[in-house]
Amino acid sequence: MGFFDSMKVMLGADPLRTVGKTPEAIALHEAKRQIKGAERAREIKLQHSKKASNKWRNIRWATLIMVNLLFVLSFRFDVQLVEGALTASRVVGFHFADLNSALQVMLAYKHILINLVIGTTTVLLLWLLLGGRSFCSWVCPYHLLSELAEKVHLMLAMRRLVMNYPLHRGTRTVLYVVFALLALVSGYTVFESISPTGILSRAMIYGPGLAVIWVGGLLVYEVFFIRRMWCRYICPIGLTYGFVGSISPVRVKYDLRNCLHEGDCRKVCLVPHVLECTKKSYAEDVQVSIGADCTRCGACVDACPTGSLKFDIKGMDKLL
Amino acid sequence: MSAPDEVKTVRSMSSKRTRREILRSVAMGGAIVGASLFGFFPTIKKWTPRLRPPGAIAEKEFLAACIKCGQCVQVCPVEAVRLGDLDEGFGVGVPFIDARSQACDFSCDAVQCILACPTGALAHEIDKKEQVRMGLARLDKPGRCLARQGKGIKGPARGPKFEGIHRIEKIDRWKPVRMASYDYDLELCDLCVRECPIKGAISLETMPEDPTGLKKTPVVHESCTGCGMCEMICPVEPAVIVIDIRRKWGDV
Repeated sequence: MGFFDSMKVMLGADPLRTVGKTPEAIALHEAKRQIKGAERAREIKLQHSKKASNKWRNIRWATLIMVNLLFVLSFRFDVQLVEGALTASRVVGFHFADLNSALQVMLAYKHILINLVIGTTTVLLLWLLLGGRSFCSWVCPYHLLSELAEKVHLMLAMRRLVMNYPLHRGTRTVLYVVFALLALVSGYTVFESISPTGILSRAMIYGPGLAVIWVGGLLVYEVFFIRRMWCRYICPIGLTYGFVGSISPVRVKYDLRNCLHEGDCRKVCLVPHVLECTKKSYAEDVQVSIGADCTRCGACVDACPTGSLKFDIKGMDKLL
Repeated sequence: MSAPDEVKTVRSMSSKRTRREILRSVAMGGAIVGASLFGFFPTIKKWTPRLRPPGAIAEKEFLAACIKCGQCVQVCPVEAVRLGDLDEGFGVGVPFIDARSQACDFSCDAVQCILACPTGALAHEIDKKEQVRMGLARLDKPGRCLARQGKGIKGPARGPKFEGIHRIEKIDRWKPVRMASYDYDLELCDLCVRECPIKGAISLETMPEDPTGLKKTPVVHESCTGCGMCEMICPVEPAVIVIDIRRKWGDV
């Protein structure tokens, strides 16, 4: 999938089946077509008999908790290592500014301050290197709570107590434009007043207030009605970092060769549309990079029984 | 059922699914934007007028420029700066000072909150406490002022339970102490003048209508920064002297 297709999918378009496939991919797809029915089922069962891993999830949760704890403890014990909150901070004295918050401020305030430019550039480069939406799954505190809400949702859904009512993925794109325009026209950082990322980050550092009720409400709604609603269909922060991640060297790479196409990766994925290439006969090449909207959470890497999905750094093999 | 019919059914079902999905999306998108717009009520109706930290630019611009990170909270030595909550609309996460419970007494000397601000919502042009203009002090209930009644004060200014802290140079130049732990013994209460951190911002003056000369009145001058120290230390409940938020010298 090309850069622009990956962008279109991130903005809400349904992923299309690519037509132009490499000869190697075509040969592999053809070979796989021969394995059918009982034989295929046996293969999948065999691979799944090996114990499932939570390696990346554990590393990621530890990182997420560590980063947020750093903010909290740094203030609590006044060590001035990380000052501020996730919206903007100083890390050992260097300005950091969350890209979406900085964008909202610039649109609303209409002046550009040098400190903010420095902070924004630092963070831009950081996430350009680290994978863009990796901010979502590796840092954002709401993401972690939402993951737990998702577990509850899936548990209830299995017992047919709740149902998922998905939204159109284009909702996020529309809201992105709406919130940008609202900031520009009204002169207030409208989105910031409801952003669960900012609210939670400040609640942890400075103590909770009424605003956490809003966050709690969102989580409850996600449990009962829409699986991962905020992260999937609403949050403009995710889209901002998605743009950054579109050209990031850190990504998940798919390898067609051993894939059994049983689809476990898509079941655990926050953004399953990026894993379209893992469907049987879809991959256009033997190796495919996963698209811009991917949060690099590693859930698919953990879930894949054949090791067909792996973290990858573009150009690293050439460098070594 | 023939094959083409089956295809038709599947297609119409999927388009129905999509149509419902679009409707749901429009409804939810509208609800989220609607929720965010609730912030307009408290902001425009000024439900919660707030004293902003030193250097705050004009209120509307301040709400826009503030990135809601709380770095100003972290540097304040007397923990005077607090962050707004949901009831303040677009003031969620925006810093304010509740002077009566904990005023800024410029303990930091170099207006640290301004230096900490990454966006210039606290304007960087200011580097001395004397340049700050948060508001102006005003005698709200002159009749209850202890000095104007010729009364003195014994014990801690705000009683033994008051949580507020304040830098008292005689005790520690750098570390603020709990106001409850410091006893005053004054013939005539002059706390607002005595503890004012700005030279010449407030003075105690004789009252022409008092022939004995024992009663005096606090008078606020142009150099008042509106820090709120006088409001915090006033031993009368509620405070006789209060800060008019963002009022400038000459404003009514």
